Amino acid sequence: MSDAASAQAPKQTPLYDRHVALGARVIDFGGWAMPVQYKRGILEEHRAVREAVGLFDVCHMGEVRCSGPRAAEAVQRVVTNDVSRLGDGDAMYTCTCREDGGIVDDLIVYRVSTDDYFLIVNASTTDKDYAHFVEHAGEIAQWENLSAHYGLLSVQGPRALALVAELASGPLPERAFRFGYTEIAGQRVMVSRTGYTGEDGVELALPAAQVGALWDLLLDRGKQYGIEPVGLGARDTLRLEARLSLYGNDIDEQHNPIEAGLGWVVKGKGYVGEAALERARAEGPTRKLVGFKVEGRGIARHGYAIHRLDGGVLGEAVGVVTSGTVAPTVGGAIGLGWVPTELSKPGTRLGVDCRGKPAVIELVAGPFYKRK
Amino acid sequence: MSSQYPDDLRYTKEHEWARVDGNQVTVGITEFAVESLGDITQVDLPKEGESVRKDGIFGTVESVKAVSDLFAPVSGKVVRVNDPLSDSPETINDDCYDEGWMVTIEVSDPAELDALMTAAQYEDYIKETAG
Repeated sequence: MSDAASAQAPKQTPLYDRHVALGARVIDFGGWAMPVQYKRGILEEHRAVREAVGLFDVCHMGEVRCSGPRAAEAVQRVVTNDVSRLGDGDAMYTCTCREDGGIVDDLIVYRVSTDDYFLIVNASTTDKDYAHFVEHAGEIAQWENLSAHYGLLSVQGPRALALVAELASGPLPERAFRFGYTEIAGQRVMVSRTGYTGEDGVELALPAAQVGALWDLLLDRGKQYGIEPVGLGARDTLRLEARLSLYGNDIDEQHNPIEAGLGWVVKGKGYVGEAALERARAEGPTRKLVGFKVEGRGIARHGYAIHRLDGGVLGEAVGVVTSGTVAPTVGGAIGLGWVPTELSKPGTRLGVDCRGKPAVIELVAGPFYKRK
Repeated sequence: MSSQYPDDLRYTKEHEWARVDGNQVTVGITEFAVESLGDITQVDLPKEGESVRKDGIFGTVESVKAVSDLFAPVSGKVVRVNDPLSDSPETINDDCYDEGWMVTIEVSDPAELDALMTAAQYEDYIKETAG
């Protein structure tokens, strides 16, 4: 965090007082005062999302609108994925990159209509992203940073769709990465079948002034579904089990999507960073973002060094853990980290220096958790 | 308020508690430490017979979001270890002053006991530092 950011008091979402009233432990997350857990604790909140339904305050995330007759071209200029694949009501996950291919952010793009696009970006990068969009495509379309205008809630878990369907006036999106608009308690809401937990669910966008009432309604009507409010602690254990990257931890401007395993969202034409990424793709990455399970005890955490294993002892340091924690559903401890490509094959066993104590990790392919 | 910090125990600045019984001291972590850590998922304790030094690290406790060192309130020899905590670390969350005890130390220098805080002093200490 910059010195300027740490000198200001953290920002609050419209739901801050509710978190405090619910007994949340609040931390400073990228300049935002956010709940890391409520009274139940991280493990219970994680379980609630996997087995019932969890409610997340994600109002801190950013919302940007791109509109005008050349909006499609403007959005394509700044994202790596293929915008032409989107029809009205479609959403797609993508990166936005620098000229050298470094990842500026990961985000979701929504096509409202041919002239109207909505981009939901990370909280800590909202202003940076908006400046990046305007710098590279500001003259061919209208860009608006609407983050202060919108509130955003995430409702995730096997019972999430049933709960929201009960409250919504119209049908919900029929499959993942589709979105639409409906009314809940007389309030127009954008409903997107997207999430960050590996469960089915929806994200709800509406004017910030109305998000408190929707939060209250969901917690109240969600009681019979077993709803729990869920903080950032469980948000992290859930997304890690689903093997989803966290910008700032796993991916950043010093890494490109190809080496981060995100080549599948590099499909566009005419975007910033295209030459660098096509070159990276052709040459093959020298390092890769990999997933791992810890053997036995020990938790490998962000910043711990990854080493070769020399007969069970830590050898040469070769990489770093970028995310790591206990995995409440799959068991044990899991994580993500950067290693040289020659050591990145699934099944490879490496060591992690856990504050002076060695732990053994085994690299695994794909998500650690998959819902049935 | 002070039922959070039992009067019959002594306390350290690192949020450990100590139950003094003759020349033996049983050690655990306080409610304040448990609240800060959240769900405890692992605890690493020394073996019986190991020596510990006052203010030295004798183990670690891991929660979902953090790892914390455990500091010995007194110097001496570890004479008992609460082994079941390895399989059930959540016991510490449920009952940190009784079932969640961690080690018993045979004290080598009884003068060190004078440096431990009373419950009232510990409560003041928390107000000063956590506020």
